[in-house]
Amino acid sequence: MNAKRLFTAPARRMAIPPYVWMVLFFLLPFAFVVKVSLSQTTLAQPPYLPVFGFADGFAGLKDAFATLSLDNFRSLLADQLYVSSYLRSITVALTSTLLLLVIGYPIAYAMARLPSRWQVIAMMLVIVPFWTSFLIRIYAWINILQHDGLLNQILMALHIVSAPVVWLSTDSAMYLGIVYSYLPFMILPLYATLAKADPSLLEAAADLGVSRFDAFWMVTVPLSWRGIFAGALLCFIPITGEFVIPDLLAGSDSMMIGQTLWLEFFTNKDWPLASALAVVLLAVLLVPLLVYDQVQRRQLERR
Amino acid sequence: MSSHPLRLSRFNIVSLTLGFAFLYLPIVILVIYSFNASRLVTVWGGWSTRWYTEFFNDRAMLDAAWMSFRVGIASATLATVLGTLAAVALTRGGGFRGRAAMSGMLYAPLVMPEVIAGLSLLLLFVAIDAGRGFWTVTIAHTTLTMCFVTVVVQSRLAALDRSLEEAAMDLGRDPFRAFVSVTLPLIWPAIAAGWMLAFTLSLDDLVIASFTTGPGSATLPIRIYSEVRLGVKPEINAICTLIVGFITVLIVLASLATKLSSSRGASAAPL
Repeated sequence: MNAKRLFTAPARRMAIPPYVWMVLFFLLPFAFVVKVSLSQTTLAQPPYLPVFGFADGFAGLKDAFATLSLDNFRSLLADQLYVSSYLRSITVALTSTLLLLVIGYPIAYAMARLPSRWQVIAMMLVIVPFWTSFLIRIYAWINILQHDGLLNQILMALHIVSAPVVWLSTDSAMYLGIVYSYLPFMILPLYATLAKADPSLLEAAADLGVSRFDAFWMVTVPLSWRGIFAGALLCFIPITGEFVIPDLLAGSDSMMIGQTLWLEFFTNKDWPLASALAVVLLAVLLVPLLVYDQVQRRQLERR
Repeated sequence: MSSHPLRLSRFNIVSLTLGFAFLYLPIVILVIYSFNASRLVTVWGGWSTRWYTEFFNDRAMLDAAWMSFRVGIASATLATVLGTLAAVALTRGGGFRGRAAMSGMLYAPLVMPEVIAGLSLLLLFVAIDAGRGFWTVTIAHTTLTMCFVTVVVQSRLAALDRSLEEAAMDLGRDPFRAFVSVTLPLIWPAIAAGWMLAFTLSLDDLVIASFTTGPGSATLPIRIYSEVRLGVKPEINAICTLIVGFITVLIVLASLATKLSSSRGASAAPL
């Protein structure tokens, strides 16, 4: 046992640098977001009040706390723009996640059925777009979807449409871009659980005379719940805060929360309001995470 | 047994074909159009490399590319060191105090919306009055990408036979030297793959870099993004193709490294 203790002690010490780094540059920044969300907007540099340095000591801290206010959160509730941004984000994220499931599941399912040699290649092929730039992949679609783009040229050459169709700056284009970008995030966890599922269960179902379709619903889908949840979570959370895709592909009439935050921050220079938007967004996103945690815990208990 | 459950059905084949076509066709089209001689992006005017020449004469784009490259190298290196340490601590450290908090902090950035990560880091940098530019972007990218390095290295470490290290210690090596001389050589391909993933993620990032960089130090995605917003330009096709080509080379190197590691792992087994 002594050897085991020696074995783990140096490994534990290795945790210190990444730990300190994450506390400094991941956890601590949220404290500043919360702080700024409780501050007031001013025309200054930085554009918010109160600014307190840690040099002021405890008295300065107390002074600062006295001036903190919930005004920003109140204006979030008061203005229809913000409420509708949140609602749109959640709607878009839910719709996209559902689309991704419907499109990703058959692909992951087929991958798990390939001979094992081919499975490795197929997985590589799914991972490669993940390595290729997000921005470039969205840009590739702009090339295709624009007014005189390839899609319209093909449709007109085939006489399916007589005049160019407006594809860009529509919700359909945005959904297309989101599904395209997040598809690997959905396929990989689904494939991981489907590949692990015991094929003899399906064989047993077939032997018992269950049709392929029923076996799929009664055996395969329940076996892959874990992957479905993981994939949905991996897509839903980042899509909710998505900025680039709706900005480049969707119309400008309704904005997602990421765009609103960006606008408040960079264009209106209202840092406290942008911070309040971020705090509420974080709180909203904690909900699916907690649900996922509960589901996982219940699954572990059942075992 | 015509209804063998694991046979590929026609439906399976169709979904695989359509799925991969969907994933790859847009990029292939982009690459082809980058060699289009015509100024109009969508009218084919014959093959040409003029847009590549244009890129190499574009001072602002080259500066941005150089900035991205430096940030990528620095942040990937930092992220690899930190991420590998974290992976070792999580797989080999046993149940130490704060382990759950650590893995939570390391997994959260994988799903965290980028606008939140970018905003929070910027507010930190402003609060401590750090001049924004190369180092703030590097720190931001390190924080984001070390999580991916941790995941990659951790999965390799978890698959590794622990008895190799134990044997080295039974033979009188102290744990640290056993780790350096036995484990590290076995996991270096995963570390290399982690580095490359971190590098490409840094090269790719637009949102976090926009928040954490200062005036005059735009990264390549920031420049591309501002061009794209103004409309499609053939030069952008060329830049994007160059990036795709560059990343493809990196992926090939990474997969070669992983192949090397599995054959090495086999030969090291009877150690």
